[in-house]
Amino acid sequence: MNSSALLLLITGLSVIAFITARQRAYIHGASSKLKSLPKHYGVLTALWSGIPALVLILSWMIFQPAYLHQQIIQSLPESITIKGEDSLSLYINTIDLAIANGEASDDPVIQKAILSFNDAEKKSRIILTILVLLLSLSGIIFGLTKKLLNSHARVGVEKVVKGFLALCSAVAIFTTVGIVLSVLFEALRFFESIPFTDFMFGTSWSPQTAIRSDQVGSSGSFGAIPLFVGTMLISAIAMLIAVPIGLLSAIYLSEYASARFRSIAKPALELLAGIPTVVYGFFAALSVAPFIRNVGESIGLSVASESALAAGIVMGVMIIPFVSSLSDDVITAVPQSMRDGSLGLGATKSETIKQVIIPAALPGIVGGVLLAASRAIGETMIVVMAAGMAAKMTANPLDAVTTVTVQIVTLLTGDQEFDSPKTLAAFALGLMLFLTTLILNVIALHIVRKYREQYE
Amino acid sequence: MNNTDIVKHGLKKRYAKEKRFQWYGRLAVLTGFVFLTLLLLDIIIKAMPAFQSTQILLDIPLDRETLELSTDATINKDTLSAINYDGLIKKSLSQLYPQVSKRNDRKQLYKLVSSGAEFSLREYIMKNPELISSNSEIPVLSIWLKADDDIDTFYKLQTKISRVSDRQVEFIDSLIQQQRIRTSFNTTFFTASDSREPEQAGIKGALLGSFWTLLVTLLISLPVGIGAAVYLEEFAPQNKITDFIEININNLAAVPSIVFGLLGLSVFINFFGMPRSVPLVGGLVLSLMTLPTIIISSRAAIKSVPPSIKEAALGIGASHMQTVFHHVLPLAMPGILTGTIIGMAQALGETAPLLMIGMVAFIVDVPGGVVDSATVLPVQIYLWSDSPERAFTALTAATILVLLAFLAIMNTLAIFLRKHFERRW
Repeated sequence: MNSSALLLLITGLSVIAFITARQRAYIHGASSKLKSLPKHYGVLTALWSGIPALVLILSWMIFQPAYLHQQIIQSLPESITIKGEDSLSLYINTIDLAIANGEASDDPVIQKAILSFNDAEKKSRIILTILVLLLSLSGIIFGLTKKLLNSHARVGVEKVVKGFLALCSAVAIFTTVGIVLSVLFEALRFFESIPFTDFMFGTSWSPQTAIRSDQVGSSGSFGAIPLFVGTMLISAIAMLIAVPIGLLSAIYLSEYASARFRSIAKPALELLAGIPTVVYGFFAALSVAPFIRNVGESIGLSVASESALAAGIVMGVMIIPFVSSLSDDVITAVPQSMRDGSLGLGATKSETIKQVIIPAALPGIVGGVLLAASRAIGETMIVVMAAGMAAKMTANPLDAVTTVTVQIVTLLTGDQEFDSPKTLAAFALGLMLFLTTLILNVIALHIVRKYREQYE
Repeated sequence: MNNTDIVKHGLKKRYAKEKRFQWYGRLAVLTGFVFLTLLLLDIIIKAMPAFQSTQILLDIPLDRETLELSTDATINKDTLSAINYDGLIKKSLSQLYPQVSKRNDRKQLYKLVSSGAEFSLREYIMKNPELISSNSEIPVLSIWLKADDDIDTFYKLQTKISRVSDRQVEFIDSLIQQQRIRTSFNTTFFTASDSREPEQAGIKGALLGSFWTLLVTLLISLPVGIGAAVYLEEFAPQNKITDFIEININNLAAVPSIVFGLLGLSVFINFFGMPRSVPLVGGLVLSLMTLPTIIISSRAAIKSVPPSIKEAALGIGASHMQTVFHHVLPLAMPGILTGTIIGMAQALGETAPLLMIGMVAFIVDVPGGVVDSATVLPVQIYLWSDSPERAFTALTAATILVLLAFLAIMNTLAIFLRKHFERRW
């Protein structure tokens, strides 16, 4: 039986378990006192019959491929296994491909391997089906025993549900661990071939790998400094746009604007945050960049067609709402008494804002700006579409630069073997990106939380 | 000079400063609006041509001699599909311009019509086989067929573009005089999938790809998100593990989306061996990405249910679990759904992680399920924006409009839910 049929079978058995156990509880309840409602006995029995079997199927799905590969390797004659890791894995790939396509092979060894694979798979399926049936049925039988009928079935059900809820919230941990492990492991494999210092402090980035190993520049160079510089340049331009505009609009909307204007303008500004980044990328690449180049050329400047300025400006527009809504929150959190005190001493409104409110709200604003900066550093689509590909170390905003995220996308889209330093470099860059944004976020969240406590 | 005079002396300056500061604020808000309007206007203007497509009226001769059918041949599917439709179109074009004889000129003449026109002609004739069987006189079919994308761009924009030759301009001028060229609503855009030819390309495949991906995302992130929110808000003990989970959720909400793509690539595809480019993996990655959003907003919704309701339920003997599932959760549902819709809108517009897991391939087939290769709307935008043909720019902008329309609908729905169902206590 295949997996989906097995799942159906388990569902069916669970339904049967529910109905019979509930029925039995009704009958039992007529003569003696039940500790829970009959349906709870039904659900508990269904869980007993379903969950162990489900766990078994899931673990089988995870571990079966590895087991089957082991079988294939064992079935291969020694003449092949002795040749070493590389040729062996190549051989296994051929076999995998043949199995996936369901075609016969001319090579007798492969043919034999396919046969033994099919054999092993068939065997493991039969064993699985039997085990699942046994588990499921024994669950039902257990559910119908006197022991269960005398227990608090509802408490049992609630325990299982609580366990499921806890598992749901643990997904957040799994995700973080998954991110860290996956990025870290591939990055470590990358650092095996390219020394960490070369990557962190090298100033030349050209990740091409040659077809022949004796070619000039075959190893490629993986110095990430130009990428960091490019990322910083574009993010800095973005922050130069977003911080003043975002902060000033937050101040205006929270301190000056009428309630009616605020109720229209605030959601309208937040529309900017709801527009997908790919749309900004399109706007940057096809409208802003040509515009900047034309303006630049008309005043005699040479502007690259993928200038950092275009990507930076559009990215800045994208993060205006982040800065403005976070600043808005902290500005409105400043107690009214502080405003009243300052105004009462004769300060004008703008003096109050500049000398009382902003200093009081500064930690929160800094936190918001840091969050916005981490957005800018991690932003991908705008720079992929509007920034350049070639790594160049420059501080000139009219030049084309490339960023960490652009390189990750370029290295990983398209077909290449997974083990080359070229693809692994993407994970090393991903690690740097993850760490940088993580540090920024932790600091920012810490500042914001501390600040919030201050006025509560 | 006493103090009052000093203050009065500086007053004018200070008021001017105040005015100026207010204007800075107005200017900042205005700049935001200007950017928003510019962005939308630019895209709308660029998108307009894509909703129209240029068609050319051709008279296709359908007598049996031209079709190379013998007089007694039966008309059935096989004979109909064996007809050389490309030849028919070329023939009718030559009949329109009998004076064109040079090889190069003929080539340019034939290029007026889209390379996909033969398929639409074939489809039309297969649907109406009676057109051929009528033997009375020489039957001629007058049919509007799609023009090539360069001709299309030229005709719609009425400006000279380099890919249309002078000779072709002459042809088009005479077509205009004969009223044999027109523009009509571009249905292909909604009924076709990706294509190398802009006039034959549409967004149906990407639309369905987005649908399947979002379906997977919703099916995973909604139950898991609600479960996590309920646990953290109602059952979690106050300990280090709970704190750690909360820190994790807050941090995940701010992790760059491309990192989730790296996770998907190395865990789902390389470790678990799932196929590339499929909505299933895309949905998994996007659900991990949207989970923090859903958990955070669901927690807020659950928290806002007044404790008195909980206490009443507990007071009449409901268990904690029953209280939560029978009373708290239903009351919190509008808030949870609002958060979920906003999370889904985010997922719909997300591109970067999907590039990592290979949903960036050129896919012509419409995906029929979660394990068919597919692409999604934002990735389609990314792919088309890279194409050199000018007509693709319009298609890209039009796709953006479709995407924005969906986002607008989802967000309006969220606002509606919040306004009409969320109770304030």
